[in-house]
Amino acid sequence: MSGSRDHGTAIKLLSCAKTFGGGTVRALESLDLEITGGETVVLLGPSGCGKTTTLRIVAGLEEPDPGGRVFFGDDDVTRLPIEKRNIGMVFQSYALFPNMNVRENIAYGLKVRKMPKVEIDRRVGEMVEMMHMGELEFRRIDQLSGGQRQRVALARAIVVRPRVLLLDEPLTALDAILRTRLRVEIDELLRRLGITAVYVTHDQGEAMSLGDRIVVMSNGKVEQIGTPRDIYYKPNSEFVAEFIGSINRLHGIACGDHVEVAGGTVPWLLNQSSGKVEILFRPENVGICDVSVAQLKGKVVTSFFQGDRTRLIVGGLGERDIVIETTDRTEYISGQDIGFQVDPDSIIVLEK
Amino acid sequence: MNRHEYRNLVILVLPTAIVCIAFFILPMAKLVMIGGSGERGLVAYLDILTKPRHFESLIATLLLSILVTVTALAVATISGLFLERNRFRGRGLLISMLTFPLAFPGVVIGFMVIMLGGRQGLVSEISKAVTGDKIVFAYSIVGLFVGYMYFSIPRVILTIMAAAEKLDPALEEAARSLGAPQWRVVLDVILPALKPGLIASGAICFATSMGAFGTAFTLATNIDVLPMTIYTEFTLNANIVGAATLSIVLGIITWTALYIARSLSGSNAVAAG
Ligand SMILES: Nc1ncnc2c1ncn2[C@@H]1O[C@H](COP(=O)(O)OP(=O)(O)OP(=O)(O)O)[C@@H](O)[C@H]1O
Ligand SMILES: [Mg+2]
Repeated sequence: MSGSRDHGTAIKLLSCAKTFGGGTVRALESLDLEITGGETVVLLGPSGCGKTTTLRIVAGLEEPDPGGRVFFGDDDVTRLPIEKRNIGMVFQSYALFPNMNVRENIAYGLKVRKMPKVEIDRRVGEMVEMMHMGELEFRRIDQLSGGQRQRVALARAIVVRPRVLLLDEPLTALDAILRTRLRVEIDELLRRLGITAVYVTHDQGEAMSLGDRIVVMSNGKVEQIGTPRDIYYKPNSEFVAEFIGSINRLHGIACGDHVEVAGGTVPWLLNQSSGKVEILFRPENVGICDVSVAQLKGKVVTSFFQGDRTRLIVGGLGERDIVIETTDRTEYISGQDIGFQVDPDSIIVLEK
Repeated sequence: MNRHEYRNLVILVLPTAIVCIAFFILPMAKLVMIGGSGERGLVAYLDILTKPRHFESLIATLLLSILVTVTALAVATISGLFLERNRFRGRGLLISMLTFPLAFPGVVIGFMVIMLGGRQGLVSEISKAVTGDKIVFAYSIVGLFVGYMYFSIPRVILTIMAAAEKLDPALEEAARSLGAPQWRVVLDVILPALKPGLIASGAICFATSMGAFGTAFTLATNIDVLPMTIYTEFTLNANIVGAATLSIVLGIITWTALYIARSLSGSNAVAAG
């Protein structure tokens, strides 16, 4: 996805676990993770799964339980406090200093580094221009909108040219439109800087569009690590499949080159087993066809017209209804019989 | 505003106005008049600068109050932050004990200082046992300082704890992530956040110390703080004009401090004691 992959610092976590509350709360099971220089890794998972804890271990705000180690490049930084790690961090709540204006906020890290004033002015000026904040430079923080605050927070973190950039749900507090816009901006920024970044989110859309790789977590454990395509097309567990996008599940019995399910059969050319399996497929990988020749049959429960496509809830294929998305212009009505088939390349079969 | 609303407003304002006039403006006006009613008229107000006894008393009180305020702010800020950030057994008890002095009148506090640093006090007995010399500080400026600190610290601690509770921990983490060592975090993040609370409680400290009478009276110290001087002029010397001018000056200084604090911090600082 990006060209400049070589000037970022690699990050390595070795057996990093974290227990809070004197041993009572296991926030993170032992985690091994390697992030190459310049890569953007997204930590994705539901609330409480340990994303922030992982990020804080990388940042140096938490120490891993004994035995865990953190490397930046070849340096063991496990015992190094955050102020010595040379990282940039962006918080969900922005955490801008209310007693300083926009410019002073951005300049803070440079001032702390005792940089000469001309150099500070130059760098802050560059940053203000790059983030299109010219007219905001001398505003107080409470006079900024949410999106503007997030830009200042980003600028403040990257102006010091950190070794790695850590972002904890930076867009969660913003409305949907702004979120999409800033997502694009952040993506461009990360590509341009070629900086190693760890990005925490529970929004799968954000994860897919920003991440070179995604780490899907649940309950303090890593479920799967892979590129957005891997995660989407080849989820290795039900959890991952359900968490990323919407997905349909059918229980069935594998026999020969197909799987028999409640509403018909699904071809499975690579089949090597026989027995109970679970078939997963995405709503968009379904083709509607004539009922008489269809491999799968069901009844339309509801249909939602969404303009560019129609979303159908279809029943009669086992205990769970399935979701189908179609771009054709046919109108479907509740109760009508419907026939369809699943694109054989897109199905995921989990053996039970 | 129509006539009806206007009438309602007048009715609502009336109680405040009556209290204000009866208990504040009238006595003040009377005091100002008495102060200027001597043979030399308003020139009497200059006495506080020219009469050595009055002037020394003013300076001593000012210095003592400033010293108490600064020390109390420093001590209470450190302890307040500590108490807010650490959870340990006995924390609740400690906090209620620290705020205990608020319940005592100045006389009792003076008495306690004597029990601590008086001729038969704890410190004097211990020091006698250890070194053979009795250390007695209750009746000097040190005794006053200790007593004033005793009732100043709780006021500040409570304010600081309330302000520290609202401090966003992410702010400190952000500063540290940008490379700030601990002392810079204190300077750039914590103190600015506590500033309104520090100003407000500092002003109350200062005002309370300027006007504290009970403690000074009980300790019967060899230095005269302004309230003591006023008392002496009034009851012993029957110098009503002098007492009035000193009262007005004391009032103005205290009021100014509170006013400045209020306009700086935007919160409502109230003097007590
Ligand atoms: N300081 C702490 N003390 C005790 N428990 C904690 C602490 N920090 C986190 N935890 C617990 O550890 C678990 C993981 O927390 P973490 O903040 O890493 O989750 P998260 O994935 O970031 O969730 P969210 O999306 O809600 O931010 C949670 O169960 C949480 O309650
Ligand atoms: Mg979190």
